[in-house]
Amino acid sequence: MTQERATLPPVTPPAPPLVQLRRVAKAYRRGQQLVPVLADISFDIAAGEFLALMGPSGSGKSTLLNLIAGIDRASSGEIRVAGEDIAAYGEAELADWRARTIGFIFQFYNLMPVLTALENVELPLLLTRLSRAERRERAAAALAMVGLAERMDHTPSELSGGQQQRVAIARALITDPVLIVADEPTGDLDRESAHDILRLLQRLNRELGKTIVMVTHDPHAAGHAHAIMHLEKGALSAREELGDGVAGGLSGASDGSGGAY
Amino acid sequence: MLLVLAFRNAFRHRLRTLLTLAGLTVAVTAFGLLSTVVDAWYAGAEGASNARLVTRNAISLVFPLPVNYREKIRRVDGVVGITHSNWFGGIYKEPKNFFAQFAVEADTFLDLYPEFVLSEAERRDFLRDRKGCIVGSKLAATYGFKVGDTIQLKGTIFPGTWEFVVRGIYHGREAKTDVSQMLFHWSYVNETITRQIPRRANQIGVYVVKIDDPARAAEISSRIDAEFKNTSAETLTETEKAFQLSFVSMTEAIVVAIRAVSYLVIVIILAVMANTMAMTVRERTAEYATLKALGFSPGFVVGLIVGESAAIALAGGLIAVALTFPLAAVFAQAVGTLFPVFNVSAETVALQLLCALGVGLLAAALPARRAMGIRIVDGLRAVA
Repeated sequence: MTQERATLPPVTPPAPPLVQLRRVAKAYRRGQQLVPVLADISFDIAAGEFLALMGPSGSGKSTLLNLIAGIDRASSGEIRVAGEDIAAYGEAELADWRARTIGFIFQFYNLMPVLTALENVELPLLLTRLSRAERRERAAAALAMVGLAERMDHTPSELSGGQQQRVAIARALITDPVLIVADEPTGDLDRESAHDILRLLQRLNRELGKTIVMVTHDPHAAGHAHAIMHLEKGALSAREELGDGVAGGLSGASDGSGGAY
Repeated sequence: MLLVLAFRNAFRHRLRTLLTLAGLTVAVTAFGLLSTVVDAWYAGAEGASNARLVTRNAISLVFPLPVNYREKIRRVDGVVGITHSNWFGGIYKEPKNFFAQFAVEADTFLDLYPEFVLSEAERRDFLRDRKGCIVGSKLAATYGFKVGDTIQLKGTIFPGTWEFVVRGIYHGREAKTDVSQMLFHWSYVNETITRQIPRRANQIGVYVVKIDDPARAAEISSRIDAEFKNTSAETLTETEKAFQLSFVSMTEAIVVAIRAVSYLVIVIILAVMANTMAMTVRERTAEYATLKALGFSPGFVVGLIVGESAAIALAGGLIAVALTFPLAAVFAQAVGTLFPVFNVSAETVALQLLCALGVGLLAAALPARRAMGIRIVDGLRAVA
């Protein structure tokens, strides 16, 4: 018995989840009417997880992503990211928190058209105290990591959609955020470019340990995540565990056949 | 990076920016020219000295004063110099060739007006020749007068045809000095008139009085006027500046209208520029939302918009200032001696730049406020 106890591995408390949502609700005011978008949402996202949010149009998946990213505010409930209760923050504090904590990837890339790829990636570093040379160095390294070392001086209009999204990913990574949120990152790309972007996201997750929350309506894209959270009419309907992300497709990923949440 | 972004944004829609820039340049140039016209209107008063008084007939300027007032005025306490002049009003070839001609007491006049600069030889020649005259450099340039030329004037106030020989061309000691006048000897005019119309002999248009202390101008003016109280030709003495301004006040409505138009032009371009900036901001809503999402403050976004607007406005202002000088020169050439002094002042340049910058800042104000207030999620939706 004693011998057995001695061979047990040391007990380590489980790491707290990176994102915690508790009874989160969101409603928009349209004239005199309150239109509910999300109701009673509670779930956790572990650090290092790659989670896909799926659901039909109007299910509230983008709104949920916006709340987690701190660019919209919940009507009620609590959202904690990396232990910080973001509902308590004022606008300036929240902006500062986003700059430190969140990396954004948008469907339409949202790059500044007048800046080069390098300058676009450098942009978030303007909010840090890094020198110009340091900013340039880091931006160049981030672009090299996404395979665009040769295209640094090109403006977005001189890049393909896939390349623009790579620049956006480099921009999302440049501040080393704990959480990357991606809203339909492959929605505007052809099949091949979409596949490249999804593989890149997987690499960020596996090799750099980045926690990623991705909104998509594409089952193929969702198949690259560890898990899929399904939303229906503003409520969570199911969570589907996929293991380490099945690149190349996922049967049944969109049919809600996973375990009930 | 903020500056780079603002500058590159300014030239994103080249045609739109160039058209706005062109409009702004035209408006600010027009403002500069109109302001210079207004300045030219007041140039006589600006160039007037506070140490000189003008004594005229109290009833009206068209009534003369007797020549024997000269010594009485000279004896008034505080008076250190005196000269006199008569408006001649002659026609050079055609009535449209208007310029000011004065019959003056030459030696004392030149002493009282040291800003009329002549060489020693020219001064000597002028004083020696009773039919001699001197002309300002601008007048000489306009009509091609040279030393030795004979100028023939057809008298309107003083009948007959008058001939004067140019003995000198005076220059202004300062930019505001009137260099478009013609001056000749009152003694020559008076002798001739004495023969032709004896009752108009020995009459003076105005006395110009030099005083020892400008602070005593009011007191000395009162003393001079008191000397001639209850005479047949009472006097009215005022500073040279007030005397000049009394002419301007006759046409003040025109000056006010010109000034109003100059500011109206700026208001119009402000509306055009504000529309341009409003369109710009509307188109870039998603970009501003993205910047805010990345953690940039609303102040950064405002800085971008205001910076872009101010950059366009200042560029337009600088081009306008550069254009104002040659255009003013062309304008001055076209109007000849109508405006004796037509110089673009430093104050006008400063006002032009200030107006341009003001237009830039005001045009950006409302669009910047809108961009500041836009919610990130609404702004991002503008992409889709």
